Amino acid sequence: MPAYNTIVFHADRCDGCGKCMLACAQAKSASDSPQRARLEVLADDAGRFELAMCRQCADPECVPSCPAAALAKNAATGVIEWDHGKCIDCLLCTVGCSYAGIALDEAAGHVVKCDQCGGDPACVRACKPGALEYLTMARIYEEVGSLEDLFVQGLAGCQGCNTELVMRHTLRRVGPDTVVAAPPGCVPGMGAVGYNGLTGTKVPVFHPLLTNTAPMLAGLKRFYKRKGRQVTALALAGDGGAADVGFQSLSGAAERGEEILFLVIDNEGYMNTGMQRSSCTPYGAWTSTTPVGRESHGKSQDAKNLPLIMVEHRCAYVATASTAFMADFYLKLDRALQASKTGFAYLHVYSPCTTGWRFPSKKNIEVARKAVESNFVLLWEYTPTAGLRLTRSVDDPAPLSEYLEVLGKYRHLTPEQVAHLQRHIAENVATIKRHAVAEAPVSPASTPPGISSVRALQGPAASQA
Amino acid sequence: MEQTHYLIAGASHAALAALHAIRLVDADGSLTVIGRDRELPYSPTVLPHVVSGRSDPKCVFLRDHEYFARARVAYRCGHALVRIDPANRVADLDDGSRLRFEKLLLATGARAVIPPIPGLDAVPYHVLRTLEDALRLRAQLPQTRRAIVLGAGLIGMHAAENLSRGGARVTIIEQQEQVLPGYFDIDAARIIARAFERADVTIRTSARAVAIEAAAEGVALKLADGSTVSGDLLLIGAGVTPVIDFLADSRIQCDRGIVVDATMQTSAERIWAAGDVAQAASFYGARPVLNGILPNAVEQGRIAGMAMADDRALEGFRGAVPLNTYRYYGHHAVSVGSGAAPPGAEVVEYSDAESQRYLKIILDEGRLHGIFAINTPIDPGVMWQLVRRRLDLSAVRARFLAQPREMGRLLMSSLWR
Repeated sequence: MPAYNTIVFHADRCDGCGKCMLACAQAKSASDSPQRARLEVLADDAGRFELAMCRQCADPECVPSCPAAALAKNAATGVIEWDHGKCIDCLLCTVGCSYAGIALDEAAGHVVKCDQCGGDPACVRACKPGALEYLTMARIYEEVGSLEDLFVQGLAGCQGCNTELVMRHTLRRVGPDTVVAAPPGCVPGMGAVGYNGLTGTKVPVFHPLLTNTAPMLAGLKRFYKRKGRQVTALALAGDGGAADVGFQSLSGAAERGEEILFLVIDNEGYMNTGMQRSSCTPYGAWTSTTPVGRESHGKSQDAKNLPLIMVEHRCAYVATASTAFMADFYLKLDRALQASKTGFAYLHVYSPCTTGWRFPSKKNIEVARKAVESNFVLLWEYTPTAGLRLTRSVDDPAPLSEYLEVLGKYRHLTPEQVAHLQRHIAENVATIKRHAVAEAPVSPASTPPGISSVRALQGPAASQA
Repeated sequence: MEQTHYLIAGASHAALAALHAIRLVDADGSLTVIGRDRELPYSPTVLPHVVSGRSDPKCVFLRDHEYFARARVAYRCGHALVRIDPANRVADLDDGSRLRFEKLLLATGARAVIPPIPGLDAVPYHVLRTLEDALRLRAQLPQTRRAIVLGAGLIGMHAAENLSRGGARVTIIEQQEQVLPGYFDIDAARIIARAFERADVTIRTSARAVAIEAAAEGVALKLADGSTVSGDLLLIGAGVTPVIDFLADSRIQCDRGIVVDATMQTSAERIWAAGDVAQAASFYGARPVLNGILPNAVEQGRIAGMAMADDRALEGFRGAVPLNTYRYYGHHAVSVGSGAAPPGAEVVEYSDAESQRYLKIILDEGRLHGIFAINTPIDPGVMWQLVRRRLDLSAVRARFLAQPREMGRLLMSSLWR
């Protein structure tokens, strides 16, 4: 079953101004009367708000309640459509709906319901506090889901592996005209480079050393370019390979402006070989080489901020992303892809590891989301012309404890260690803010071709309700 | 013998809801639907609008052939069951063919009741239960001058409005003391009747037909009080009765309809019944009831389908709640729940003859028992949920009585999140 776009109501942001109802009445009924709106905001006695509107149910009750076949769920858009020509005004659909999503408009003389304004809801546009949000995530998944998965089935990632999600989604989007470099790490470890003479991808893939991933890939790219072939050169590397022993060659390739897309899946350590610490492992984290005991209490150094170091190379594009914010991730992937045609593009994806971080496998996206919401990691992007820009607000973060308490690797932390982490996060935020130019919305013209209508989820509206 | 895993007898709302529910969990099990009519499935509820010309008879079908093909359903239309053998799980069809089934749903619906009035069988009359009936009645409209409608239920009232709009003089004969008995209380019924009278429709309540004979004009109907009503068209709208004659020697328990339990199962293993034909638990009393309304058919059909497909999400039937919506001469009326106020219940009634508005709310121990509205907007689906969930409204009683629509919406919206 396909996924659909949806209008989300964030009750905590609603101030009851009623502009959504006015906008709806104007757009759909050419009336200034909120009674003519197809949604209604209601306040309870405690001043909290609720929203009555069509929820475009997956298995709607109004549709089978119609004796005249006037209601149908559009399989492509998910919107439940009403056919005035077939409607017999019997109102039985209003018996089917438990949420008043379809109701009689007395002035019009027939039932009315939300049709999402064909993909640009007037109510959402009119909502200044951001209480109504039009989520287009589903359509993005749909578009990417329809692209071919260029990895083979049955890769041997751990249960709930986020890395597998990142690499499959990335390669679908990047497409078949690609050469993949997969240095030692979880990506080849789960079988991406193949076993016994078979590859794990449907595109050319090779297995460089940790130390020479970027230059090998750059050499291949130069070869194809000389042959006159348009090929994307994509590295799928881990944080260890990129930030530690592979850093010199990565830095060199970035400095030379090699036309490659270097994607780092940052799971904060060498998870494939037994969960050793890397320079991206955060302070206090348990790893097999920063154990917890009488003397040692996890890692005693802070994590290196590799993406910020890449900014200092003045790469054509640098960004950080998270799988909990896929719309944002896809937008950045598209921009990185575009930038890699003319220069060095670097994309850093924060990627929780269920095995190495010690949390239940079903919680991967939740952990990724909490890391972002608590400012443990920050989402931003950089180009030499536009500078550095936060793509999600760092103001009003969720408490750090909500993130730490999910993870086994932080279970031992003392209050002093938590305070240390908190100071480090504050430093990070201050540093990024210093780098960041004034936050400006992404203008539609800057959206790259391909997924043309993707809108980044920015500022206060960025939560994935 | 031909075999099918699921056999569904009937092709209207209950049958289609069951089919949908089955296919949600079992995409492959062979499934056969037997439809009585030769057409694609349609709803009896749409028929008055076919008569009026509002609905194009070619556009009233609830599903098309493509739907059945995609759902891998064998749709056999123009056939009916004549006999079933529950022990051997065999159904006999009227064309002599036999089908062996694993699971059977009886959603055979109801047919029009023909009252035993002397002389009725000797005169031409109309009923309105099938598309064929509707087309026949529609063809008759232009030449109708004086029409008699026997029965002031929904079919009779709809037809009377259509006939009077078409220019005919209409007389409605109703045995009980009000129109739409069972749907609205007598005060609401009076408001509705007045709209008909303003349109020159004659309504005779507490009137019983004792004889019918052919007359020069068409038919003459003799009433118990000695008066006679004559007309050139007679429509019988005396209610419906479940289609269960094929069960005569099946030993499946029947009362007025087929008696079912909370999962719509009949007294026989592997056989279910739903919709107008089923007699299921009442929300209000111990005695199982027929509840021949569309929302009930959809709900029972879904429950039966889930039970047949062993859907683990199945929740049993909570009991039939009378509900209806009715539109007449541009007005709208809604009834949800029972109008019989239990002892000690709080009954709040607003009525305004001038604006033809009416609202009656019955609260029983702080819970919604029934709500009835004319030209007063409420959301019947929301009210149905408040009734069936037995939601305690004590804390919001004053606001609910003052603004039932707003309060209902607020409650259901908050319950959803």
